[in-house]
Formats: sequence, structure tokens, C-alpha cells
Amino acid sequence: MTASLEPALNVAPPAVLTARTIFTAGLLALLALLPVYALATGETFAVALFTRVVILALGAVSLNLIMGYGGMVSFGHAAYLGIGGYAVGILAKEGIGSGFVQWPVAVAASALYALVVGALSLRTRGVYFIMITLAFAQMIYYVAIGLDRYGGDDGLTVYKRSDFGGLIDLNNKIVFYYLCFAILLAAIYLIARLVNSRFGLVLRGTRSNERRMRAIGFPTFRYKLVAFVIAGALCGLAGALLANHTSFISPAIMHWTRSGDLIVMVVLGGLGSLFGPVIGAVVFLLLQEGLSRVTEYPDLVLGPILLLVAIYVHGGIGGLLEGRRRG
Amino acid sequence: MLYFLEQCLNGIQLGMLLFLLAAGLTLVFGIMDLVNLAHGSLYMLGAYFAATFATLTGSFTLALILALVASLIAGMVLEVIAIRPLYGRDHLDQVLGTFGLILLFNELVRLIWGPEGRTLSLPPEMLTAVQILPGVHYPIYRLVIILATLAVAGLLYVLVMRTRLGMLVRAGASNREMVGALGVNIKLLYTLVFGLGAALAGFAGVMQAPILTVQIGMGENILILAFVVIIIGGIGSIRGAFVAAIIVGLLDTIGRSFLPDVLRLVLSNSAAQTLGPSLSSMSIYMLMAAILVFRPEGLFPAASR
Repeated sequence: MTASLEPALNVAPPAVLTARTIFTAGLLALLALLPVYALATGETFAVALFTRVVILALGAVSLNLIMGYGGMVSFGHAAYLGIGGYAVGILAKEGIGSGFVQWPVAVAASALYALVVGALSLRTRGVYFIMITLAFAQMIYYVAIGLDRYGGDDGLTVYKRSDFGGLIDLNNKIVFYYLCFAILLAAIYLIARLVNSRFGLVLRGTRSNERRMRAIGFPTFRYKLVAFVIAGALCGLAGALLANHTSFISPAIMHWTRSGDLIVMVVLGGLGSLFGPVIGAVVFLLLQEGLSRVTEYPDLVLGPILLLVAIYVHGGIGGLLEGRRRG
Repeated sequence: MLYFLEQCLNGIQLGMLLFLLAAGLTLVFGIMDLVNLAHGSLYMLGAYFAATFATLTGSFTLALILALVASLIAGMVLEVIAIRPLYGRDHLDQVLGTFGLILLFNELVRLIWGPEGRTLSLPPEMLTAVQILPGVHYPIYRLVIILATLAVAGLLYVLVMRTRLGMLVRAGASNREMVGALGVNIKLLYTLVFGLGAALAGFAGVMQAPILTVQIGMGENILILAFVVIIIGGIGSIRGAFVAAIIVGLLDTIGRSFLPDVLRLVLSNSAAQTLGPSLSSMSIYMLMAAILVFRPEGLFPAASR
């Protein structure tokens, strides 16, 4: 990896009011107040759209932990969305509707899968790592297609949202939105604590120079593996939320282009920054939605935008807001 | 047994197509250090070009030649406009940029050719089957694919190992700064190599078009297979790509045709029908994961890297 992707070592948001902090604060305010706006104007579709945005932002935030802070470019992150989603879907179909069972299973299954994949993949470097994570995701994709009892290629309808007793009612769209939003914020808080802890310093050190970290006595493999598992577990939770949101789960959610979408969100928003992936997810998904309303050919605009960002913008939109440009 | 032989030939034929894609991919990767996700789009473009030229000219051969030229030009133009700024950049930037190109190309094709798939029909003499062994008939077109690709592989070998251009290409792969410092126009060399890769991908697209439907996104799944091939073979190694392509082609085809029967011994009929193909698709990735665990740089790691 070249030096161009070094994240700023100072992970805590700067105290000064930069364009970036203002933008991030505005974005969070928008996300927090969205249901109020939707209720006031009656545009309830906005809640559904933004629920999806928030859930995929959670996926992107989890990917950022390993990609942005750990330097592990995983091209198979959508597999966790599928595993988490299928955990909910399969349990629901088998008559276990309780979220107290479904969600822990979704997280545990994703973590277990991440443990196996990580233990094998982290032996490789660079492009080989990108490709082996992709290969494992493809495997899970074909496993899902082979799940005859659970819809195979056509997918599985989740007839009931996860049941949390009287605690919280996921059928209420506003409640569900705020739950997703709260989980997203909690995940970001968790990652902020993590990357600023001793663990996070080792992880970021490994990203800059793994050989040196090993030389001074850190078992870098273990640190990377733990980060890999945490990221997988978080994304599995996003998958459980997604299955609840769409009431449907199919292998398509694990297609390699979905993993590509997650990478795009992270890089677009700014690699290795806490709120970058959220910015990326909001911009990417809203751009997709907005463009498909004004033109029949949205990707004719979206594709070149991604290319231009890759070529000219250093550090994604977050970097753009800081006025960083590639020289 | 005869069925097995036929499936082996099908596997080799798939392997040959994968080799065409993988050769371009591995050249571009090995020499320019570029992850090109849009390589599958060039495969798709080749197939669409051929379908259009076939309608215009009425001749399959003419369509093939014109499509090859068009793919070459498209590849070189793409390289100059969009790929060149991505050289020397982080792989992640390259993934983002070329992912954008996939979106762009899929949409362009939808705009120009419409959302429906196209078909490319073969000349009648290609539709017959020949007797390759007593009692074994095999479609002549699939044999043509195998032989044509073998010829291309041979040409590629001569080009890379025996010509001045190939020498520069190999030199560029080991040390691009040095080659540039010695006065070689490295930019032009890169454009040529990328165009060559595009033409190979386009050729694969044209050859596959009569067997499958020409449709949007047709390059996406086969691109991943081609990536698997170059990873198994070792990035930058054409020989590795050739061996790995045949392994992957055989594994995929034979698994697909025989696994359902094997599974039927232990499972119900319908379960075997669904599980078989998905298990055989998985087997390729299992092979790749296994190889990477034991040989993290592939079977034939290029010595220069």
C-alpha cells in the first residue's frame, strides 16, 4: 500500500469548525430529524429510503474498521449482510421469531464466519487478500443459492419482523428507523473507542508498517484477526436489520457488486475517518436514488463520478471538504 | 465414459475462454500493476460489437475481425482517457475507478443497444458436429473455439517471449522506471498492452456470444472467474494463467455435470438438482482458497515480483 492512503493519525474529530465537521454535524442532524420532516410533509417513503441508507452505512462503517484503520481491503463484505439476513430469515421461517434469539445468532454466525475467513485470508497480502475475501464471499453466495428449503436463487420472504416482546415494536417504521440510527451511532462510538485504544494503535501501526510492528513484538496477525471478526459481526447486525427492513432476503444481497458498493461508500466518503463511511453511504445511495428519478440512465452519471473521484479526489468527499486534492 | 470425454472437452473450451480473459488481465496487472474490474465490460463490448457487425455485414468471420479491431480501439481509447491516471495509484482507487467504469459501460450498452439481449448466429457449417472418436460427436464450433484459442495462446507466447515488443513488455514488468529511463516510450507501450488485453477480452466475448446470449452484465461473473484464474496461476504469469484456466474450466464443467448425479446417491432428487450446481460453483473458490493458503502467491509466482 502506498503512503497516499495514510489516515490522519489524529482520529478524534478536530475541535475547530472545519467544513468537514460542519458537514458531518449537518448530516447527522438531517438523519436525526428526517422522520419529523417525513411525518410533517407526509412523505413517508423518505423514511424507508433513509432506513436503508442508515443500515448500509452501518455496513460501510464496519468495513472501514478493517479497510481504513487496518489496511485490509476486503472485497467480500456483503457476505456478512447475507449471513445476518439469512440468520433472521431462516430462524423466522423455522418459527423462532424472537429478536433476542435472531439477532445474537446473526451476529454470532457472522463473527464465526469472519473468524474462519480471516484466519485463512490474513496469510495473504495485497491483491491476493482482496481476491481471497472475494472468493469466500462467492462461496457463501453459492451456498445461499443452494439453500433449496429457503428459496434458493429466488430468496426468502421474512413475514414477520423480529419480535422483542413488549420492549420495542419494529413494525413501527419510525421506531425502526430510530433503532437503526441508534445502532449506527453506537457502532461509530465503539469504533472510535477501539481505534483510539491501545488495540487501535497497534492496528493502525500494523497498517503503516506491519514488519516493524512485528519486530517490536506485537502478534499482528491476532490483532488483525480480532478487527476482522469485529467488523464481520457488526456487518452481520446490519444484515439482520436489512432483512427486517426489506422483509426479504436473497442471494443477490451477496453478489460481488454489492461488496463493491460497500467499498465505494467507504472510499467515496473518506477512508479511515469515523464518519466518512456514513457520508459515503448517504451520498452514494441518494445519488443513485436521485439520478434514477431524473434520468432513465442513472449510471451514465454515477459511473463517471466514481471514476473522477478515484482520479482527482484524495481522501473521498471528507478529503474534498478539507480542501485536500491530489497534486 | 463418452459423456465424460465430452464434458472434459467442454471444460477445456471454457478454460480456453477464461484464458483469453485472464491473459489480458494478468498482463495489465503484471505490467501496469492495475486492478481492472472493467475487463469484463470489454468482453461484453466485444460480443455486442460482433452482434452488430454480423447484422450489418451478414458474415460471422467479417464480424469477428471487425469486432476485434473495434475492441482494440475501444481499449486503447479507454486507456488514454480513463485508465492512465490510475497507474501507480493505490489498488483501492483503481477498484473504485474501474467499478465506476463497469456502471458506465453497462449503462452505455443499455443506451445504445437497448435492454434486450442479442443473439449472434453462427454460419451453418459451424452448426454441425464432427465425429472425434468412434461414436463421439462434438459440436464443431466448440472445437473451433479450442483450436483458435490455442493458436492465440501460441501467438501470445511468441509475441511476449520472442519479439522486441515482448521483451520491452517483460522488461517493463520487472522495472518500469528503468525501461522508461532507457528511452522506451512507456506510455505508448502501456496503451498497446492495454489494447491487446482488450482485444483478447473482446475475442473471448465474440467466441462465447453464439453459445450464450449477448446481454448486459454478461462480463461480471466471468470476470470473477478470470480473477480466480490469475490468482491461482500467479499474477503476471501467462503460463500460470493458461494452466489455471484449464484447471478451473475443467473443475467447473465436470462438477456441474457430475455432482448432481453423485449427490443423488445420498440426497433427494430435487435437493441434488439445486445443491449440485451451487456446490460445483463453490468448488472453484474452495480450490482457490486452498491454493492461496498453501501458496500465497499462486502456482507460478512471476519471478520478477
